[in-house]
Amino acid sequence: MDWGTILSNAAGELFSPVTAAYALAAIGLSVHFGYSGLLNFGQAGFMAIGAYAFAIPVLSFGWPTGLAFLAAIVASIVFAFILGIPTLRLRADYLAIVTIAAAEIVRYVVSTVGLTDVTGGSQGLNGYNRDFYSLNPFPDGRYGFGPWTYSANEFWVVIVGWTLVIIATVLVFLLMRSPWGRVVKGIREDEDAVRSLGKNVYSYKMQALILGGVMGALAGVIFILPRSLQPANYGTALTFFVWTALLLGGAATLLGPIVGAMIFWVVLSLTGGIINGLRDIGALSFITDGQAGQIRFIIVGLVLMIIVVFRPQGIFGNKKELSFSV
Amino acid sequence: MSDTAVAPTHPLVDGIVEPGCKKVDPIVVADGVTRQFGGLTAVDVQHVEIPRGAITALIGPNGAGKTTFFNLLTGFDKPNTGSWSFEGRDLARVPAFKVARSGMVRTFQLTKSLGRLSVLQNMLLGARKQPGENIFRALVPGTWRGRERDITERAEQLLARFKLDAKKDDYAASLSGGQRKLLEMARALMSEPTLVMLDEPMAGVNPALTQSLLGHIKDLKNEGMSVLFVEHDMHMVRHISDWVIVMAEGRIVAEGPPETVMSDQAVIDAYLGAHHDTDLGDMTRAEAERVHADAAREDGPDGEERP
Repeated sequence: MDWGTILSNAAGELFSPVTAAYALAAIGLSVHFGYSGLLNFGQAGFMAIGAYAFAIPVLSFGWPTGLAFLAAIVASIVFAFILGIPTLRLRADYLAIVTIAAAEIVRYVVSTVGLTDVTGGSQGLNGYNRDFYSLNPFPDGRYGFGPWTYSANEFWVVIVGWTLVIIATVLVFLLMRSPWGRVVKGIREDEDAVRSLGKNVYSYKMQALILGGVMGALAGVIFILPRSLQPANYGTALTFFVWTALLLGGAATLLGPIVGAMIFWVVLSLTGGIINGLRDIGALSFITDGQAGQIRFIIVGLVLMIIVVFRPQGIFGNKKELSFSV
Repeated sequence: MSDTAVAPTHPLVDGIVEPGCKKVDPIVVADGVTRQFGGLTAVDVQHVEIPRGAITALIGPNGAGKTTFFNLLTGFDKPNTGSWSFEGRDLARVPAFKVARSGMVRTFQLTKSLGRLSVLQNMLLGARKQPGENIFRALVPGTWRGRERDITERAEQLLARFKLDAKKDDYAASLSGGQRKLLEMARALMSEPTLVMLDEPMAGVNPALTQSLLGHIKDLKNEGMSVLFVEHDMHMVRHISDWVIVMAEGRIVAEGPPETVMSDQAVIDAYLGAHHDTDLGDMTRAEAERVHADAAREDGPDGEERP
């Protein structure tokens, strides 16, 4: 087994664009679930909306990248309104059911044959990132060191992706220490109590849903920038991977979603590397190629179970805060 | 059904004391308020006025519609028919948060302290006119720091008054049941209300805290606020209320000062039975009726009645 390559690949995942995308989506989920108590099981839907709202204007109408980013934001706001208007007046569980269904509806709609001209059907889309790469200020060459060496274009995606993660984190930091954050955290605890204190709970829940949804949509854009857009990627599994990253790190924490996403991808890469290494030396010859890929996710599931049982507040969470079952 | 032959009067009342009587200075006036759940009429109030600057108790057997009426007034439930005004402003079908902003603030029967916020954060949430509660202004601390200082000062004063100041940095979930009741009342006061609505303020409070809670409710009146509370504890009702409104089967069946209402035959018949010194809060209407029927026969079966 080539441990050097395995560890190097795993370390490379720390700052990869995919990790940035997961971190951003998990921050959005943290705004929803961790701070506001909104059970959003459709973050993959927000990511899909962001990805398609970015890719389609570029490919079909030749919009510049900046405008396409804006389109992704606007589309996710509209999506949040569509989800929120009927459900945010109801109990939290209704939002969970509606979001999980809405995310699936989005995935099925974009994969329909009838829309192949626009969405690429089940084949998805590609080529929308040419304009984005043309904006790359870094000249050709290699950037970084060790496992974190990138081509100019990869480096550009990494910089943009992590810049968005940092902006989102600062935004959450500023909001959650403000009176606005106090209101949404109050809503998480008991919305009737907050209502009785003269706050428009419905409006705050909508704002939180939009804020986290926009972060999910931008995560969707970062996710597709270095690769092609595949509708199959936006199933419920994606939502639960983002949840895993969030719960690993700790739901209502600033750094939790970021570190959670890093751990998620490092563990995934490490286990994949080790299993393939063992197969190469013949130790796991009974496992097929396809099974090897799936075992990684089984291990991720086990890690999540262990964390939830032994450290339910996540890595950064406050044990005391969680120990009160409200 | 009144005991006295002479029509009774009272300083709070404009005219004769009777169910639905006019008050000299009402803060809430309700007309024709009904609320049905399926075929059941939970609330059917023809006319009622809540006096200003007084402590009014809303009593009645379980299922009388007290809490439902409370929820209607505070916007937590929508009526089938009816209208009411608060300080002359029409408040029927106005959402709960707007009702609270207009100065009518309520507490809940089961305390709703926000467990994973600190006691101080709970208090600050009660304050009105904090510009930092707007998502955009929240990003510019300069726009809300000043107000935050003011309301923190007020919160600390209130916490000191309610003897919760030592707990201000603790999570509200770590408080005892009685302390949570105090916190909820203190939090309601942060908004500087004109009418405080307390839903069973004594429920779940240990006897040691009862006296201080009663004192705090009296203080509200001394500071010029009006109080309306739902309560089962007859001692408390007798002790602190200036006015008592009795509901049964959704209607207002009697009204008056506590000493008169307690001896009103209509109330005793409908509600108190022969046991008005026992814990009536737990007595259902069916039980009350049975007790009453037993009392009327004067030779009811022994051992089945509540002690």
